[in-house]
Amino acid sequence: MQYNWNWAVLITEPYLGWIASGFGWTVAVSCAAWIIAFFLGSAIGVMRTTEIRALRIAGAVYVETFRNIPLLVQMFLWYFVLPEILPKSAGDWLKRDMPLPEYWTAVVCLGTYTAARVAEQVRAGINTIGRGQHFAALAIGLTPIQAYRNVLLPIGYRIIVPPLTSDFLGVFKNSSLALTIGVLELTAQTRQIGEYTFQGFESFTAATLIYLAVTFTVMAFMRRIETRTAIPGMISLGAK
Amino acid sequence: MTDGFDLGIIVRSVPFLWDGLQLTFLLTAIAVAGGLVGGTLLALCRLSSFAPLSFAAGAYVNFFRSMPLILVIFWFYFLVPLVVGRPVGGFYSVLIAFTMFEAAYYCEIVRAGIQSVRKGQIYAGQALGLTYRQNMLYVVLPQALRNMVPILLTQGIILFQDTSLVYVVGLHDFLVSADIVANRDNRLIEMYATVAAVYFVLCLLGSLGVRKLQRKYAL
Amino acid sequence: MIEIQNASKWYSAFRVLNDCTTRVAKGEVVVICGPSGSGKSTLIKCVNGLERIQRGSITVNGVSVGAPDTDLPKLRAGIGMVFQNFELFPHITVVQNINLGQIKVLGRSKDEATDRALALLRRVGLHEQADKYPAQLSGGQQQRVAIARALAMDPVAMLFDEPTSALDPEMINEVLDVMVGLAQDGMTMMVVTHEMGFAKKVANRIVFMDEGQIVEDTTKDEFFGTRRGERAQLFLSKILSH
Repeated sequence: MQYNWNWAVLITEPYLGWIASGFGWTVAVSCAAWIIAFFLGSAIGVMRTTEIRALRIAGAVYVETFRNIPLLVQMFLWYFVLPEILPKSAGDWLKRDMPLPEYWTAVVCLGTYTAARVAEQVRAGINTIGRGQHFAALAIGLTPIQAYRNVLLPIGYRIIVPPLTSDFLGVFKNSSLALTIGVLELTAQTRQIGEYTFQGFESFTAATLIYLAVTFTVMAFMRRIETRTAIPGMISLGAK
Repeated sequence: MTDGFDLGIIVRSVPFLWDGLQLTFLLTAIAVAGGLVGGTLLALCRLSSFAPLSFAAGAYVNFFRSMPLILVIFWFYFLVPLVVGRPVGGFYSVLIAFTMFEAAYYCEIVRAGIQSVRKGQIYAGQALGLTYRQNMLYVVLPQALRNMVPILLTQGIILFQDTSLVYVVGLHDFLVSADIVANRDNRLIEMYATVAAVYFVLCLLGSLGVRKLQRKYAL
Repeated sequence: MIEIQNASKWYSAFRVLNDCTTRVAKGEVVVICGPSGSGKSTLIKCVNGLERIQRGSITVNGVSVGAPDTDLPKLRAGIGMVFQNFELFPHITVVQNINLGQIKVLGRSKDEATDRALALLRRVGLHEQADKYPAQLSGGQQQRVAIARALAMDPVAMLFDEPTSALDPEMINEVLDVMVGLAQDGMTMMVVTHEMGFAKKVANRIVFMDEGQIVEDTTKDEFFGTRRGERAQLFLSKILSH
């Protein structure tokens, strides 16, 4: 194995800047996608626990659709196919006038994909709580919406902090797929550095360490959130 | 873009797509098998009472679970020829990448499966005079496997979808084959829609099957 | 106050309620008993619309529970309910549990609600536990909080669904004492329970259910005094022998 080590390449311009900017895009894609995933996923998860059949079916169709098509294929559908099948004006806007088209496509794609996972967690969380709590909330006269808002969701979210954390880390890792439609995020930038400088080992190591660092930081942070939101006297269902 | 939805292009490219799909299946099968074997060994290490061993296995698992699969594919695509000393082609690099990556996920599944076997069963095996190896092989693993089957299959479906990521190193799997036709004939809508539909149907059937199995074996 | 007319309910082919008819007058205490699976818990949940009947009618204060235009949250707010497993909301404190309905449903201010909550907690002997979380209380204490939560809505009637059957024996009396107090204050109550001592003490009528049907619906004195149907006799001898 012949290889010329040159770790200094990582702190040389422009490569250091490339890594920084790549990390920036990774964070920007992940966070925006997570916001979509969290709210859309919560809504769909709630739909799947209601008494209304049509809502339950719609929720199930959404989850099955987004779960059973590979993320990369979904990325191509959003990026290449959607502008072609929309009415011409809307398609043209997506192709020509939308600011940061690759970025927003990646965000929407990742967000809607992850929403299906979040929906399943939220549904599981609410189902774990059981009918008794639901009945008790209705019995004091809360409307169904108030029952979800004040009782079922606050308890449900606490139960699913650990799986939601791993879903968030999933978004973060999956944001690397944005490179296939041209978002220069962390993985793309380090590959580019490898190709420019032939120092692939060093640049991939940099990416690896950054991903590891983020994972551990997020996990430590979420563990604190979990302790902070734990319900006194209860053994958390998600406790590891 | 070209006008209308051209079914003909899909029909004409079926043989070409079928070749790609076969590669996808092959990749999935080898990665599942390799991942399962590696994952089981890792799980046994993780549950070992020999601390350095369980620590090393834990570190391996946490390391790979923190990595995006694409980065792992890039790593091995770059590393394997370097280590071997000559170009070996994308296929072998990708296979190694998938196997090592999936082993981390299968490890956690197998570990949970082993831990789902009641402690009393292990004691009962020991009381019969079985060795650790015999106890694992004849008492614990068979029960654990039964508990794990649905999750193993679900992970297999996820892996089947994940193999599409070989796109980044240009292996001719199902997606890349469709991509080639799509760009050659400028038929993006038809080809991507076909890919999505085929994946959807296969994965949906798979997950429905898993659910049926789960109900059947539910205690 | 509560009128149940020919109520029937099926779970697919299985009939859980079979043509049940009974009533609870204002100020009356009606105890419903019967073997497990006899449909008594289902029946009481139908009174505030937590479960639906497929045939027949239930009215509370003249309002039909099943009618499509009935404002169910409003109707439920006016009927207190106490559950077998307490069902306090685990993520908020005792006083917040009692306040939730008062603030969100009745529109009371936080101060007003808290005053009422503390008064009720004092009444059930738990005012010192106001800021604890449900899981930090014993079962008997939780159930007393649950009663206070229901009373805070100023209900016209109270439903009790096996309020003591999830409790350890030594905690049963602290809950029953609160219920007896309520009954003596003239609260309209419908109580599913096996506690025949409670029934003897405060019930006006006893309803005995078996296999989804109301088998007996008599005054307390008749129920405990005279001869009864075979099933009721058998059931009662099992209950009283403990």
